[in-house]
Amino acid sequence: MQIIDTPVVPTGSKKSVEAVAPQRGKFIWGGRGIRYLLVAPSVILILSFTIFPILYLFWISFLDWTFQRRERPFIGLGNYIQVLQDTRMWEALGHTLFIMVVAVSAELILGLLLAQVLVGKLPGKQILIPLLILPTIMCPVVVGYGWRMLWDTQYGPINEVLGWILGHPVNLVWLINPKTVYFSLIVAEVWQWTPFMFLALLAGLSAINPELYEAAALDGATAWQTFWHMTLPLIRPIMIIALIIRSLDVFKIFDLIFALTVGGPGTFTETITFYIYTLGFKNFRLGYTAAMAFIVLILVSTATTLFLRRFSEE
Amino acid sequence: MQSLAVASKHKGVTYFLRRYGLRYVVMILAFLFFLFPIYWIFSMSVKRPSEYFHNPPVWFPRSLDFDHFQSLVRNRSIDALVNSLVIAGGATILAMIIGCPAAYSMARFKTGGRNFAFWVLSQRMLPPIAIAFPVFLLFRTLKWVDTYHGLILLYAAFNTPYVIWMMRGYFRDVPVEVEESALVDGASVFRVFWSIALPLSAAGLIATTVFTFIFSWNEFLFAVILTRSKVVTLPVKMSGFFGSESTFWGAAGALSVIASAPIFVLSLLVQKYLTRGLTLGAIK
Repeated sequence: MQIIDTPVVPTGSKKSVEAVAPQRGKFIWGGRGIRYLLVAPSVILILSFTIFPILYLFWISFLDWTFQRRERPFIGLGNYIQVLQDTRMWEALGHTLFIMVVAVSAELILGLLLAQVLVGKLPGKQILIPLLILPTIMCPVVVGYGWRMLWDTQYGPINEVLGWILGHPVNLVWLINPKTVYFSLIVAEVWQWTPFMFLALLAGLSAINPELYEAAALDGATAWQTFWHMTLPLIRPIMIIALIIRSLDVFKIFDLIFALTVGGPGTFTETITFYIYTLGFKNFRLGYTAAMAFIVLILVSTATTLFLRRFSEE
Repeated sequence: MQSLAVASKHKGVTYFLRRYGLRYVVMILAFLFFLFPIYWIFSMSVKRPSEYFHNPPVWFPRSLDFDHFQSLVRNRSIDALVNSLVIAGGATILAMIIGCPAAYSMARFKTGGRNFAFWVLSQRMLPPIAIAFPVFLLFRTLKWVDTYHGLILLYAAFNTPYVIWMMRGYFRDVPVEVEESALVDGASVFRVFWSIALPLSAAGLIATTVFTFIFSWNEFLFAVILTRSKVVTLPVKMSGFFGSESTFWGAAGALSVIASAPIFVLSLLVQKYLTRGLTLGAIK
């Protein structure tokens, strides 16, 4: 090893051992070519299925292109100006953000409670946790249709159970009534993803050194004080990552809407992805849809960039 | 170990919950809430129409009735299972074959550095709807709509960033000294990758494969846009059972069981890696 090390370390270098290691690597690992050869297939695949479509999308967004006409005149920013005046898009964005904020907050609170309950020693934990996590790995379309059965006015179990509790028959039309539809939708979303939040927070809580709790107890801290001033700050990094992953995901919500409410009643629960899907694949307004999709792309990319900055800090 | 003793000494929230028995109340409620819907969906698959179209609801079916599964076979809805297996399986294998060498290159040679790594991750975060339209037009031009290879390539492309990001983490955990000594002994980089790095990260490899499979299996947006009749996947087939006029709850329940059972089994296999796999390796 000595022989190999000598020529690579620059003389007079004050670099630490960690900094030297990759340089030593560079030498014995052979030519530079091979590293790019290993990466090339992935880059080509990703470029052809994401970057190329994005460039194409950008180009279409300047065309007045519908499936009814043959010609596709270039109209510059025309589509963008129209899109920005589209109240239905702003409403869809509003619905999306509303679902995102409410559902992710609920997932955080419930996930944290569950993680607190299940942290530490517990008989049967090896069985309990995989069971709890099942909703998260289920197909969202199956979840959507499943909850459609559960919320059903006549044959669903939810109205029945509510009837027992309230002592009189309940006939709520959960998914048609504007007053209850968001609740129904968010419950299904929270049902599917709280286990994800729980799993992440459980990892955070399990990593806390128990001695810290002893110290807090010696100092006479109450349960609430310990939680607020010690536990929360310690799991903050994990919490933030889980929150951002969920938020980015809920922003794209589509499957659940498709299966559960179909955007209804009317366009009352239409989210931005669902609206773009309707515009593009039901009404075939290509240029207009492309402009809207591009605006959404920019919104999400900005959020993602901010997230990645955070990600690299942690 | 000592955690029980510690738990009784400190005054954390967990202690509070345990002391007043709230722990078990919360746990029982949580299990009812998270498992009852799964039971309910699955129970549809073995109930007769007279049982699932019944008010008040029938909580436990009187007998197990497998008619719905048989009818799925009879009316060839079961073909969707084959399609899902071919597409999710093919995409997973392709993404692993293409992604692993890239991940290895990035882990060992720091190819592209941090920026490239984060660019890869950002590809995973893109909103799928933004590229749905151009991809649809592209597929129409290539005559790839409703074909296996179209969806396989597309899903592989979507999952490659995930594979790279996860496997990069696992390869970094492999001690570099082992690989270097093999190189000194005259092994080629490919040989080191194949005979040392891959076997040493076998557990991570399996976990990543399973998650990639689950993501492809559950995908719906592109499946609904890019399939017509020949390669319809399970989630798309599922939507066919919920028309505005008639709903086939029994068949939908049976299809839900078929769509969920394989991924439930797979996730049990990799339960140790659930957290890391679902949070992109950010939380180990």
